[in-house]
Amino acid sequence: MRIDGKGLVDRSKPIRFQFEGIGHTGFEGDTLASALLAKGVRLMGRSFKYHRPRGVLSAGSEEPNALVTIGRGAVQEPNVRATMLEIHDGLDARAQNAWPSLKLDAMAVNDLAWPFLGAGFYYKTFMWPRGFWERLYEPVIRRAAGLGALSGAHAADRHEKAYAFCDLLVIGSGPAGLMAALTAGRAGADVLLVEEDSRFGGRLNAETFQVEGLAGSDWAAQAIAELCGMPNVRLMHRTAVVGAYDHGTYAAVERVNAHRARPPEGGVRETFWRIVAKHAILAAGAIERPVAFENNDRPGIMTAGAVRAYLNRWGASPGRRVAVFGNCDDAHRTARDLEAAGVEVAALIDSREDIAHPGVDCRVYSGAVVTGSTGRLGLKRISVQAADGRKEIEVDCLAMSGGWNPTVHVTCHMNGRPTWREDIASFVPTPGSIPGLVAVGACAGEFSTQACLTAGAVAAKEVLKDLGLKPPRGALVPEAEDTPYRIAPLWAVPGKGRAWLDFQNDVTVKDVRQAAVENFRSVEHMKRYTTQGMATDQGKNSNVGALAVLADVTGRGIPETGITTFRPPFSPVSVATFGAGAQGMGFAPQRLTTSHAESVVRGAPMIEAGLWYRPSYFPQDSETHWRQSCDREVGYVRNAVGVCDVSTLGKIDLQGPGAAELLDFVYTNGFSTLKVGRVRYGLMLREDGFVMDDGTTARLGPEHFVMTTTTAAAGQVMRHLEFVHQVLCPHLDVRFTSVTEQWAQFAVAGPKSRALLNAVLEQPIDNDSWPFMACGEIMLCDVRGRLFRISFSGEHAYEVAVPARFGESLFKLLVARAEALGGGAYGMEALNVLRLEKGHITHAEIHGRTTAFDIGFARMVSGKKDCIGKTMAAREGLVDPGRERLVGLKSVGEDATLSAGAHLFDTSVAMTPETSLGYTTSAAFSPTLGHHIALGFLQHGPDRLGEVIRCVDHMRGLEAEVEICDPVFFDPEGGRARG
Amino acid sequence: MVELIAKSPCAGLLPLAIGDVQVVEVDLGVLTSIAPYAGQGGATSDALRAAHGMRFPKLNRATGKDGARAIWFGRDMALLAGPPCDASMAEHAALTDQSDAWASVVVSGAAAEDVLARLVPIDLRQAHFATGHAARTLVKHMAASITRTGPESFLILVFRSMARTLAHDLKEAMEAVAARG
Repeated sequence: MRIDGKGLVDRSKPIRFQFEGIGHTGFEGDTLASALLAKGVRLMGRSFKYHRPRGVLSAGSEEPNALVTIGRGAVQEPNVRATMLEIHDGLDARAQNAWPSLKLDAMAVNDLAWPFLGAGFYYKTFMWPRGFWERLYEPVIRRAAGLGALSGAHAADRHEKAYAFCDLLVIGSGPAGLMAALTAGRAGADVLLVEEDSRFGGRLNAETFQVEGLAGSDWAAQAIAELCGMPNVRLMHRTAVVGAYDHGTYAAVERVNAHRARPPEGGVRETFWRIVAKHAILAAGAIERPVAFENNDRPGIMTAGAVRAYLNRWGASPGRRVAVFGNCDDAHRTARDLEAAGVEVAALIDSREDIAHPGVDCRVYSGAVVTGSTGRLGLKRISVQAADGRKEIEVDCLAMSGGWNPTVHVTCHMNGRPTWREDIASFVPTPGSIPGLVAVGACAGEFSTQACLTAGAVAAKEVLKDLGLKPPRGALVPEAEDTPYRIAPLWAVPGKGRAWLDFQNDVTVKDVRQAAVENFRSVEHMKRYTTQGMATDQGKNSNVGALAVLADVTGRGIPETGITTFRPPFSPVSVATFGAGAQGMGFAPQRLTTSHAESVVRGAPMIEAGLWYRPSYFPQDSETHWRQSCDREVGYVRNAVGVCDVSTLGKIDLQGPGAAELLDFVYTNGFSTLKVGRVRYGLMLREDGFVMDDGTTARLGPEHFVMTTTTAAAGQVMRHLEFVHQVLCPHLDVRFTSVTEQWAQFAVAGPKSRALLNAVLEQPIDNDSWPFMACGEIMLCDVRGRLFRISFSGEHAYEVAVPARFGESLFKLLVARAEALGGGAYGMEALNVLRLEKGHITHAEIHGRTTAFDIGFARMVSGKKDCIGKTMAAREGLVDPGRERLVGLKSVGEDATLSAGAHLFDTSVAMTPETSLGYTTSAAFSPTLGHHIALGFLQHGPDRLGEVIRCVDHMRGLEAEVEICDPVFFDPEGGRARG
Repeated sequence: MVELIAKSPCAGLLPLAIGDVQVVEVDLGVLTSIAPYAGQGGATSDALRAAHGMRFPKLNRATGKDGARAIWFGRDMALLAGPPCDASMAEHAALTDQSDAWASVVVSGAAAEDVLARLVPIDLRQAHFATGHAARTLVKHMAASITRTGPESFLILVFRSMARTLAHDLKEAMEAVAARG
């Protein structure tokens, strides 16, 4: 029911929205909850397990009951709290967990079966037959219980991440937060004020208090206006701080456009902020707790503070005839506010005997409790046990208050534990729980407006002192109400029926007692056994009440019983927001070679190699299968000339008097003996003696080398070099830097490679001027480049490098020239076949568990010098001839398909995991040899050349007899590369 | 003789102008990394000043100006952007040509800080990152060098191969900032 003259909604701006398919009108400033309550709609959801009809319990982000789904298709968002959802034109909200409708929910049959469905029911009941749990029971239970569902489509709206920095982060804009921000802001501090709500002011908007003679909400608006005028203060509303982390870092979620149907063009739905603050003041307020009594979960029963908020902030009375039930003076305000607004108050029921007169016209029952309620889809009547007997009172709304719990959650995110305060029967933050953060106001158990204002100012002054700023002169804390907070604990009203503690998970007082009876007496065990404190509200409404019941039944005090751990996030964060911007192209950077565009034009499917994209093969019109393209490209290199972009290999430029010594130390073989103008293959070990990487290093000058790494290990090798230089060999005067990006480098391979190059080089080369493993500078079409005569294919081959700006142009030129010579471009598939035919290893072989001994390179570990990994590689177990060692494998007889990842077995034994003698690492069809070949690791491998074994790929269903052979299948003498 | 055609890293990707922010590719001239040898820091700085008019930059700083700038580029390293590095410098420091290794863009405009706050994890606000400040940090997932070149302009360098991702990430951030109005 809307109350004339009350509230901060803008009645000149009506907004149409739908709930459960029915159209309603609210006003700008309304939440879905306030707009529905104003229309007399109390039923907003169904409970998790028993499908009990539920209405709104709170007026904030802690709401456990009124969860709705909004949007359709890809923008569907479940579990949106009606209390936080601002209505907007086109809003279409649906209730969850109800079928066929919210009012008539078939699954409410669960509620009739409640005596069987208590805590631990599933664990005891669905134990047999064993296999049924995963296949039958769990899916059925999951369908029956639960919250809303995602659409299954990719999130359609954009989300983003952002970073913010400040001297002082103020969390919450109630009286304490506003006063802290004003005090620090006036002194010139760099302040960030963050408010979860859409409106700044906190409880000042929900109460009828005055501050400095102004209505609380007006004072808040005035303070915000002042803050807006300060260039050193930033204000963020609709922003929830959801986590506290090391070094003053806070996570916050801003609902940038979540209050609209869709973000504007280019805009984001939510922003995930990382805020780094030198200091933080937590003024997060407090959350009112319900009282457990029989059937305390009916639509129309809500916290007293929520009733005041709906009345005072939104001008919506949640009922026409309201009763108030509480254990603290705070509840009395609710009756006073309602009466002042002309709403009928049926009774004020206070569990305490001895209370001062609350100043209300309605009947006051002291020393009385509410013992039950009726009204299935909405509250109709409450039962009251008063001193003079039992009463039934007709009401459509009950405002209840069990006192307030300070919002301590964020202070527990770094494993801090809150402190119990007996006088207010609540936990408060333990100072120092989050370094640099101070909790003030209601969040620290100071409940009067005056105390909040003062605490905010005092905390801000402490921060200013630390920042070296002078507190503002003459700024006094304004005057406000300072009534004491008087409370006598009341957790659960004794009774037979179900009294709800955790509304979200349908956990009752009985469930908690049952947990204790079954010896789940630790609060953490009770939580897991009953599911109390889980799901979207994370026990914000129920934790303290549940542990108080547990403490009572186990005969311990509340502080001894303790509290479960609050972890981030404080309020639910969608995965789309956590992963903001990481969809599609935002997932990882794409590294594109200079030949990328041309490769795509030529139809090459691109494959990922780390972050790089490389062409698999270059299909021609007549080809229908990648193997045709691959075989043709292999033929280019074996018979004419092929061109391949190898720019992705890591290139590291090393200079200085210590460069050669560093290389000697990181490579197993020597490089100080390498002549200028020559290239050498090198093998690099990790500290543990296993192979890290391999590649060639060229000596361009006496103190100048260029190392190449594999594409995959470029970053790892660079990091390794930094480690070795900075930590192990700081005495070496050497400097190195990556030049991977500087050079576009192309392999030109095949018998006609020199002919091709001589057509573009300014100075032609021959076998004497540029023999195998020579390197040096060249001039190519007026561009200064580098030429290396190295071969990964086993053919007469070169790698030519030019500054990257010329890469695309040179690639096109080389390919065109190659095509004129009967060759062309080749991709990764052909490159792999070529190296396999030649027995060259890649990271398929040096996969992190193989040693130089295993790959047959034991002799490359120089005896003349030390190197990283040498000692560890000499361990007994690493030089055992029985180790799995590198061999070649070729199919026997009729060609059979070989695959990588197959296992090797002797022909005579049964195939079991124990009899596997090794495995294949690479396999391909060799068009050069006309059959399949593979590399693999086999126990005693090199000692068994010529023997026939079985190669079995269980996953692909392949089996073949293979002959063990030398890994070099093609041109073992190496004459072709030298020719 | 055939001529090789040069192509800039951001060709076809930039410029971008969205809301209050512009991104343009800039040709910085020759880029040379300068890494002084052991004990040669002072001599390198003197030689740099003699040859190119600026000191070797201190940690997180850039020296010089548009056209000839030395940018702190990591541990014991600066990047000289502009003139070809004088050969005499090789006596004191390892010199490496990096002219083609980096995509160089300038992000400018009233909301440039806001755009970069979506991508860069360090505090780039004027009071903490003034003109002439430089950092090696991240632009979203990419390793980058960022230098403030003016009240509303930043020079950003990322690997050449990542130019497309840089343009994409900047564009998304610019659109999101512009949409906030």
